[in-house]
Amino acid sequence: MSRMTLTATRDALRAKKISALEVTDHFLAAAERLNPEINAYITLDPEGARAQAKASDARLAKGEALPLDGLPLAVKDLFCTKGVRTTAASAILKDFVPPYESTVTKNLLQDGAVFLGKANLDEFAMGSTNMTSHFGPVTNPWKRASSEQRLVPGGSSGGSAAAVAAGMALGATGTDTGGSIRQPAAFCGITGVKPSYGRCSRFGTIAFASSLDQAGPMAANLADCALLLQSMAGFDAHDSTSAQRDVPVYADALNRGVKGLRVGIPKEYRPDTLPAEIQALWDQGIAWLRDAGAHIVDVSLPHTQHGLPVYYIVALAEASSNLARYDGVRFGTRVAADTLDGLYEASRRAGFGEEVRRRILMGTHVLSSGYYDAYYLHAQKVRTLIQRDFDAVFANVDVLLTPTAPSAAFAQDEKPRDPVQVYLNDIFTVPASLAGLPALSLPTGLNKEGLPLGLQLIGRAFEEETMFAAGRVLEDAASFTHRPAHFAEGLS
Amino acid sequence: MSLDTESVMRIAKLARIGLTPQECAEVGSELDHILGWVEQLKNVDVTNVPPMTGAGVATLRTRQDKVALENDGEDVLGNAPLRRGPFYAVPKVVE
Repeated sequence: MSRMTLTATRDALRAKKISALEVTDHFLAAAERLNPEINAYITLDPEGARAQAKASDARLAKGEALPLDGLPLAVKDLFCTKGVRTTAASAILKDFVPPYESTVTKNLLQDGAVFLGKANLDEFAMGSTNMTSHFGPVTNPWKRASSEQRLVPGGSSGGSAAAVAAGMALGATGTDTGGSIRQPAAFCGITGVKPSYGRCSRFGTIAFASSLDQAGPMAANLADCALLLQSMAGFDAHDSTSAQRDVPVYADALNRGVKGLRVGIPKEYRPDTLPAEIQALWDQGIAWLRDAGAHIVDVSLPHTQHGLPVYYIVALAEASSNLARYDGVRFGTRVAADTLDGLYEASRRAGFGEEVRRRILMGTHVLSSGYYDAYYLHAQKVRTLIQRDFDAVFANVDVLLTPTAPSAAFAQDEKPRDPVQVYLNDIFTVPASLAGLPALSLPTGLNKEGLPLGLQLIGRAFEEETMFAAGRVLEDAASFTHRPAHFAEGLS
Repeated sequence: MSLDTESVMRIAKLARIGLTPQECAEVGSELDHILGWVEQLKNVDVTNVPPMTGAGVATLRTRQDKVALENDGEDVLGNAPLRRGPFYAVPKVVE
């Protein structure tokens, strides 16, 4: 049979058609079989997963099922998990075992989820290819019709996306700083949701860029993402940027429809260089929403063209500050040296990969004396202009529709050598991140080579429900049921 | 602007990342390229525009003034590269 979903598996567990242990064993077996090819997991935790599944089965037997009881997830290896190695895909943390649990994963565990293992990512979430992991690249489960080339899964949540796409987990946690949930979701043909900044606690999530990082769910469809986000979201006193707002019931929004909804189409997201197949997919999405009763409104976000350079200054400045804690003294890799400075320099040189070093240096430069105002402060002011653009547009529309990425997944050996070209992968996802807005990506079609393409919806801050409602209409219209070349069949 | 090798060595020193002069030259040319790309921002008029320092959800909070032992000392020290009893051990830095 075709793949199971989180919601369908939840229902099957509650109807006692299958046990949580059987579900867990199935996905552990799939992960063990496919991981040598896909490399979606850095660490598998079969013992922990089976213990969690047995506890779920005990609750299910008593009729006391929790919302996520027995549902097997992959956890991006950026979330600290108590007693389970957490590496951020970096050599500097290759042996780090957190003595505490991140709030997001704690919430999921309290709701009965089963953690199969820790998913691969770009080192410290820095990348959009998943080629920068110390533990090796992740291979996209999809292949082009005409070639056997290994494709990138996108990044930074590439392991999470690949695990879900390949049937090695039913859902996953991701984090999104400039598109790190949405772009890999699009490349792997799954659904990913970046909630509003502040919706999910950042406590215990290894920091990349603190004013941008936000956790979110990745799964086969929107109903599954709504289920996961319900558990992940909520106020947390441990995070000063956590929003003190009630969490709505996201699943309730799914069938609202879009009659009367105003959908904005930003003209700046349609450059002349946009590939025809991406333009065609976008036009199809517009038509689907219009046919379902939405009003389509052309809008302008004039400062969006500056989103990427603003992002790279702000994110790299914050990264250089956040990663200063990795000095080899209290935890992480240490390389001995004769002086304390020498120890710092040797440890950080050995522990950080090339892309992380490049970004730390860039961030250090833009924050350094004489350059702070010219780069960092100036970028933060342009960021205000980008946010004001969104404020103005959202006075007239309810949600924005755009492509998720400017291309389908590309081959690992086609990765551009020019860092700026790599950064351009995030061109459609970064502006919403800068403004702290919720956004999601869902698979809506295939390109001519048979690779998935995604569309993005961007909502008003803390109005994820509107995105879910519009997304469901697109999801129903697209009926995306394609499967990748590497795919573990679901439970029968 | 252009970043010469000496400037990159200074940045590397500030960032506490050890780089060889050869690596500094290579990284310098990459950083130059990225900085050239972000220079476009200088053409954006930001007169009287305040900087955005977050998404506006952060609030100043205080917690109760009471002892909260959330982490076990042994677990925390378990990640230390080198320890001596209940302490982190580091190389001698004061002669």
